[in-house]
Amino acid sequence: MELLLAVVIGVLYATGIYMIMRRSIMKLIIGIGLLAHGADLLIFTLGRIESTKPPIIAAGEESITNYADPVPQALILTAIVIGFGVMAFALVLFRETVRVSDTGDVQEMRLSDR
Amino acid sequence: MALPLIVFSGFLLALIAAVIAHVARRATGWLLALLPLGIFAYLVRLIPAIADGQTVVTEIVWVPSLKVNLTFNLDGLALLMALLVSGIGALILIYTSGYMRDDPGIGRLDAYLLFFMASMLGLVLSDNLFTLFIFWELTSISSYLLIGFKYRYQTSRDAALQALLVTAGGGLAMLAGFVLLSASADSATISTIINDNLFSSSSSMYGAVLILILLGAFAKSAQFPFHFWLPNAMEAPTPVSAYLHSATMVKAGIYLLARFTPILGGTTAWTTIVVSIGGLTMLLGAYLAWQKRDLKRILAYATISVLGTIVLLLGIGTELAVEAAMVFLLAHALYKGALFMVAGSVDKAAGTRNIDGLGGLLAKMPVTFVAALVAGLSMAGLPPLLGFIAKELEYDALLHEAGAYPVLVIVALVAANALVGVAAGLVVIKPFFGRKPMLKRDPHESPLSMWLGPLLLAALGLLFGLMPALVDDTLIVPATVAVTGATELEHLALWHGLTVPMGLSVLTIGLAVVVYLLRNRLQVMTKRTTSGRFGPAHFYEWSLDWMLRSADKLTLFLQNGNLRVYLNVIIGTAVLLVGSVFLFYTLPDMTLNTDINDVSVIAAGLSGMIIVAAISATLFRSRLAAIAVLGVIGYSIAILFLLFGAPDLAMTQFSVETLTVVVIVLVIWKLPYFENLTKRGDRIKDVVIAVAAGLLMTLFVLVITATPLTSQITPDIVADSYLIAKGRNVVNVILVDFRGVDTFGEITVLSVAGIGVFVLSRLRSEKRRRPDDDG
Amino acid sequence: MPSLILKTAARYLLPLLLLFSVFVLLRGHNEPGGGFTGGLVAASAFALYGIAYGVDRARQVIRISNRDLIGIGLLLAAISTLLPLFFRDAFMEGEWLAYPLPAIGKVGTPFLFDLGVYLVVVGVVLTIVFTLAEEQETVEM
Repeated sequence: MELLLAVVIGVLYATGIYMIMRRSIMKLIIGIGLLAHGADLLIFTLGRIESTKPPIIAAGEESITNYADPVPQALILTAIVIGFGVMAFALVLFRETVRVSDTGDVQEMRLSDR
Repeated sequence: MALPLIVFSGFLLALIAAVIAHVARRATGWLLALLPLGIFAYLVRLIPAIADGQTVVTEIVWVPSLKVNLTFNLDGLALLMALLVSGIGALILIYTSGYMRDDPGIGRLDAYLLFFMASMLGLVLSDNLFTLFIFWELTSISSYLLIGFKYRYQTSRDAALQALLVTAGGGLAMLAGFVLLSASADSATISTIINDNLFSSSSSMYGAVLILILLGAFAKSAQFPFHFWLPNAMEAPTPVSAYLHSATMVKAGIYLLARFTPILGGTTAWTTIVVSIGGLTMLLGAYLAWQKRDLKRILAYATISVLGTIVLLLGIGTELAVEAAMVFLLAHALYKGALFMVAGSVDKAAGTRNIDGLGGLLAKMPVTFVAALVAGLSMAGLPPLLGFIAKELEYDALLHEAGAYPVLVIVALVAANALVGVAAGLVVIKPFFGRKPMLKRDPHESPLSMWLGPLLLAALGLLFGLMPALVDDTLIVPATVAVTGATELEHLALWHGLTVPMGLSVLTIGLAVVVYLLRNRLQVMTKRTTSGRFGPAHFYEWSLDWMLRSADKLTLFLQNGNLRVYLNVIIGTAVLLVGSVFLFYTLPDMTLNTDINDVSVIAAGLSGMIIVAAISATLFRSRLAAIAVLGVIGYSIAILFLLFGAPDLAMTQFSVETLTVVVIVLVIWKLPYFENLTKRGDRIKDVVIAVAAGLLMTLFVLVITATPLTSQITPDIVADSYLIAKGRNVVNVILVDFRGVDTFGEITVLSVAGIGVFVLSRLRSEKRRRPDDDG
Repeated sequence: MPSLILKTAARYLLPLLLLFSVFVLLRGHNEPGGGFTGGLVAASAFALYGIAYGVDRARQVIRISNRDLIGIGLLLAAISTLLPLFFRDAFMEGEWLAYPLPAIGKVGTPFLFDLGVYLVVVGVVLTIVFTLAEEQETVEM
């Protein structure tokens, strides 16, 4: 199982990194999205896939054995939501940058720094 | 608890000093002086106990794991310094209220002065290396604020920055020395290190510790080659020069040397370095002092010379030499504080500090003159003043040394003392005697607040000179004992009979008189030597300039604004470093879990879909298609989460994925289409880097998952989830309870992102609404 | 212009989805769900309504400003962390009512915290979506 997820993570990282290295700002956005997915899956897999049982204690029980690790899940949950906020902010920021610099080419934008 | 109170009350009063100044107006100085006066009185009451050999110790535990504690220890040396700081501090605050009369900046100046006083008291009372360092740097910071008090002037700002860079830079070296010292002595308490002999000169760290601590002390006490900041610091208002840059702060380096004499002193290295640097500084300061025309600069160079002398005496380190150093320290604080205040009064009255433009003020300012005369006599080392006793003791201490070098030192000492005497003559005679030059203002006697301080300090110099027993057993001996641990010390006396020191004193004074009378002719000869273009000050300017320019270049090189270069460098470095470790160290010894028998059909199908979608996202020419594919990946991952026992994640991922697509679609019409901008070669290079990074991540996951998770965190959380936190959904319990602080931070970040989107958009529509933007 | 189907769907889905989001929030401590998920569901419901009927009408339905929701949410969460201090317990320690409330179940400071999360998520998502949607509307007009 780990091998399969490891390959998926590798592909998401490779494609994401390739996309954020493009000069077209729109591709940068897609790259951020791919990387975000890759990171979520990475944290999830590092928690080990030992059980597919949700970490929920059944009614009447006091504890649970053999469960999927809840700690990475909690981390990913907030990461997903924050990822949304960051994505929205990046979109608006990029849009403003495009408007101010009048180009969709990341390479051209640095000229306005000087 | 009295010692922390002494230190921290000053900081507290500094906070409200400006408010008090606003209300009390002209009474401010007198009012604020009550605090240092109270501290002074308290310390005076302690004199008998301290002289008896007791110490007052208070410890407040602060960061014990780092050995940083607020340990205060009042011994003879600290007492002498603390008395000077608080006593002169009170007089300076009073003087300031006259000097800054009706100036709206007085509240600020008083606040800084109190801030300095508290820092300086903390410095001399600290028994912990690290709190000593903190107070040390606080005095540098307050000195920075005070020198730059007239911040509208470029010269003030430059001088302030220079003083800060030099003294705080020395302080950093000192901190490094302290760290080494506390590490090898396994204690950060100075008195413990001394009493238990935890650090000796045979330690392998001795050389480094010695050099680093000496650097700090020399920078602070304006020793060669760091002396140049002190004359420039004269940009500060005169009360500041009187207080910080003659009487107290510049003595911090000397205090440090004295304090560390029991730990570091007595070795050949110590004697060689400290004596030669001190001697050099002494000669240099004296040589330059009498050639200056500005009253404050004359006094500043004379101060450098005196500081050098005291350092030299501490370098010799015998009981007699240390005793001479302590007497000289006291005498100098008294007369130099007084003379600086006199210089300020003259400046205020006559409108200039240039001795060539001054004269005949005797009739106009008789009280100020008396103060100047008495203090000047002490500075010149004439009997019956304390300055004379100090000088006699210096000669006596050196005459007790065997060998050849004391003779050299004595010659230097006589020359320096004589030249300082000339400087004293200039300061006392030039403004008050001679013909009256044309002045812009009509000079008149200063108000009480401005002559009280100098007169009192000068009078004390006279009183202690006439009756040295007043300070002998009470201050000087306890301070010397604290440094040397000696028990038997020579008593101070004004008259020793016709001894060799007496003869040297006469020689010194005679030499001073000759140089004073011939000074104009001598100056022609020396002029060429003093206008050199190469010196430590030039080195300072050159190195500062070089540093700024190099930083500029480096920043432009590293932060060139090209995102692709950053990414290439960051990712390439990570891949190379981590990858080579993996290949050569980690992988050869491990078996990876490549078992794929447990893969379900659904999981395999979803994974395949994600892989295909991700690769196609990089190939599409349409951005909408890429966005749709991104959505497909998101939903597939959500289903994977569901399959692997994470229903919470699946729900969240579904909702967020939907909302992300909505948001992208809302914005995309304002963003450019996909474009192929990169050259083919660049693209291939990027593919190589990206694929290598992806491979690395795959390997990374396999390497980590090959070892079982041994953390006890998860089992503990699961066990407590229902029983203690009363929740059955462990993920939710982690979010709102176990890691609640984390979640709180995260919703705060989320809020910031939301507000950020709002502000960025609003910013734009506000702009668009402006009429001139239309069309 | 949004289709009639979308409008009709949005009108009926809004109350249903809101009810569902509260349900998700409340049961979150024991079953899958919680403040984050519930907040996202509620925000989606309002976002759908806003796209169908226009942002102005959606704002009227919500009544409270989105940015106020963010503030209220953060404040609630902050208060829930400080409440234990009044019971001489540590910062963020859970305090629970002795008896469960009907329909809601056991109520304690973690629930208050989750409610804060819920409100923040709703506020942030709606701030983002409405801000961007409004821009599009102004251009279309």
